[in-house]
Amino acid sequence: MSKEVLSWGRAHRFDHAVERPRSAEALRRAAAELGDGELGLAYGLGRSYGDSCLNEGGRLIVTQALDRFIAFDRERGVIRCDAGVSLADILKIAGPSGWFLPATPGTKFVTVGGAIANDVHGKNHHRAGTFGAHVLRFELLRSDGGAVLCAPDSHEELFRATIGGLGLTGVISWAEIQLKSVDSLMLDAEDIRFEDLDEFFEISRASQLDWEYVVGWIDCASGGDTDRFRGILSRANHAPVLAGAAPRKEKPTVGLPFVGPPGLVNRLTVRAFNALYVRKAPTVPQLRRIDYEPFFYPLDAVLNWNRIYGPKGFYQHQCVIPPEAAKAGVAELCRRIARGGGGSPLTVLKLFGPAASPGLMSFPEEGATLAIDFPNAGARTLELLDDLDAIVVGYGGRTYPAKDGRMSAATFQRGYPNWREFAAHVDPGLSSSFWRRVSVDLG
Amino acid sequence: MTKFPETGARCLLVGATSAIVEHMGRQLAADGARLTLVARDEERLAAIAADLRARGAADVQVETIADLGAAADQSAALQKAADALGQFDLVVIGHGSLTDQPRALEDPDYAVAEVELNYVSYLSLALRAAPLISEGGALALISSVAGDRGRTSNFVYGSSKAGVSALAQGLDHALSKRGARALCLKPGFVDTPMTAHLEKGALWAQPEDVAGALLKAVKAGRGGAVYAPWFWRWIMLVIRALPRALFIRTKL
Repeated sequence: MSKEVLSWGRAHRFDHAVERPRSAEALRRAAAELGDGELGLAYGLGRSYGDSCLNEGGRLIVTQALDRFIAFDRERGVIRCDAGVSLADILKIAGPSGWFLPATPGTKFVTVGGAIANDVHGKNHHRAGTFGAHVLRFELLRSDGGAVLCAPDSHEELFRATIGGLGLTGVISWAEIQLKSVDSLMLDAEDIRFEDLDEFFEISRASQLDWEYVVGWIDCASGGDTDRFRGILSRANHAPVLAGAAPRKEKPTVGLPFVGPPGLVNRLTVRAFNALYVRKAPTVPQLRRIDYEPFFYPLDAVLNWNRIYGPKGFYQHQCVIPPEAAKAGVAELCRRIARGGGGSPLTVLKLFGPAASPGLMSFPEEGATLAIDFPNAGARTLELLDDLDAIVVGYGGRTYPAKDGRMSAATFQRGYPNWREFAAHVDPGLSSSFWRRVSVDLG
Repeated sequence: MTKFPETGARCLLVGATSAIVEHMGRQLAADGARLTLVARDEERLAAIAADLRARGAADVQVETIADLGAAADQSAALQKAADALGQFDLVVIGHGSLTDQPRALEDPDYAVAEVELNYVSYLSLALRAAPLISEGGALALISSVAGDRGRTSNFVYGSSKAGVSALAQGLDHALSKRGARALCLKPGFVDTPMTAHLEKGALWAQPEDVAGALLKAVKAGRGGAVYAPWFWRWIMLVIRALPRALFIRTKL
C-alpha cells in the first residue's frame, strides 16, 4: 500500500510502497522480490534524520515487526536477534544480567539493522570505536534470493561494506552482537564548564584517559569573532557494583501530542535556552550518581520531540574534522552557524578516538565531531548547510549521511573516497533517495 | 487468598503466535515465567520460543497442534503441559480469526467454521483447562468489544466473542469458589496482523499495551472483563445502552 513515510527530521515527505514482513520467511520473500521492478530499502524505526532511510517512489521494507531475539548467551554476553530489534529492547533484557550496549547513539529507539547500516557511535568512541566494531556476524539477504553469512572471516568485503553501508548492500535479517560487561547500570558523572575551545580540547583529551564516556555541549553563539565558545563537558564511568541496590524502574515516556507552531525554535528561544543551560553545570564540578537513561538518552523521555520544530521539520548537520584542523574547523563552523542566526540548543561537540572504523563507509574517524539541528526555513537553511559542508571539506572532514538530507554529490565523494569501491557492493535491487543523489558520476 | 506468583509463574499460552498472546509471553518472560506455548505454525512458534527464552523465561516448551479445535489434540497438549508444569497459574486462550462478514453472510458453512474456531474451540479448551488452574491462578480468554452488541458489520465474529465473554463470566463465577478466577480481555481496535488490511485511526492500540492491561489485571488478582484500552468500557457502555430505535439507524 502506498503511504507517506517520514524520517526523523520530518523535512522530507515521500510516498513509498510499504511492506511489513512479520516473519523471517516473509522477509526472505520480500528481499528476493526486490530483484524485479521497483527498487527497495529496509526501514527500521526511521531515526535517520534525512533521506538516507527513504526511497522516494520505491519500496520500503519496514522491519519493525521483526523484533525477536534468537539467542542470548548470558555467560558470554553474546546476543543474536532479528534486525528489527531495538537497542531499547536489548537494554531491557541485557541490563539486569550485567550487560550493556558496547556503543550507543543518543537514542535507544534505533534498530540493530539501522545501527549496523549507519555504523553508529556513542560517547565512548575513544574507548570502544563504533557499534560495528562489536558486530560478530550477520545474515545479509540479497535481491538475487541469496542469504550471505557475513563476518570478519566470512565474506569479509561484504561485511565491511555493509557496516556503514546505509542499507544498500542487502537486507540484514539478523545480527550477533558482543555486549559489554558492566559493574552497574548507574553512572558516576560530572559536568565541567569550559570557556573556550582550547579548554574544551584540553579537558576532553585529559578526560578520555580516565573516563569511559565523554561528550561536550557548546553554545555556538557565545564566541563572536573569537574562539571563546563556552560550553559544558560531561563525563561518566559506570559506577562500581552497588550492593543491595533496588532494581531500576523504567521511567514512563510521554509523547508530544501535536506538531509545534512554526518558528518556536528560533534565535531568541535558543539564546535563552543556552544562557540557562550553561548554568546547569556547577562552577565546581560535582560527582553525581545517576541512572544511565538521562545520561545517554535525555531526549528519549519525550517520544516524538522532533515535532517541536513545527510542520516543516528540521535538518541536522554532523561532521568530523581531522585532529590537526579540529580547533580551527570547529571555530569556523560555530561562527558560520552563529551568523546564520538559526541553530538549535542541542549542539554536541565530541572528540572521536583514533580507532579505525570497521566499515568501508563508516563516518567516524579521528577528530572533532560537531552536531547541530536547524529548523527548516527553506532556502536559507539549505544555503547555511552548504556553507557548513564547504568548511568541512576545506578542513579535510566529512559529513554524516545518517543525519543528512541534502549534501551534494561532490561533498559526499570528497568525504568518502572509498565510495566507488563501495558502489561495487551495492545490491542492484536496493537504493535510497540519499544514494541516488550522492552517487552521481561527476567524472 | 493466594497471590499470583511474582516470578516463575506457570503459564499456558494457546494461540501463542497471535500478536496479543505473544506480547503476553514477552511480559511474562521478563518475570522469569515457565511457559508452554501452543499454536499451529511450527516455524513461527519455534522463533517465538527462542525469543521468550532470551527475554528471561525460566523454561519454554512448545506444542504444535494442527487443528486447535480437535478435542483429542487439545487433551493431549493440555496433558503434556500439565505434566511439565503441574498446575497453571495462568492459562491464556487467544487464537482466532477475524471473520470476513460479507463472506460469512454468503457462505454459512464458512460462518460455522469461524464460530467453531472462535468460540467452540475456546469452550472445549477452557473446560479442559479450568480444573488445572492453581489457587490464586487465572484463566484468561481473549474476547472483543465486538461481542458486547451485535451489529451489521461484524455480528458473526461478534456472536462468537459474545459466547467467549459469557463463558469467561461463568467460569469466573465457578472458579471464584476455590480462590481462582477467569478474565475476559475485550480489546477495541488493535494494530495486529489480523487487522493489517484496515486503515488505522486514533482509537487504535498496540498489542503490547493491550497485553499489558490484561497482565496487570491478572497480577492484581482481578477477574471479569478487562477493556483495553480502558476507554472502551465507556464507549461500549454507551453503545449497549442505545435504545434499539436509535441503534438500528446507526451504521456501526
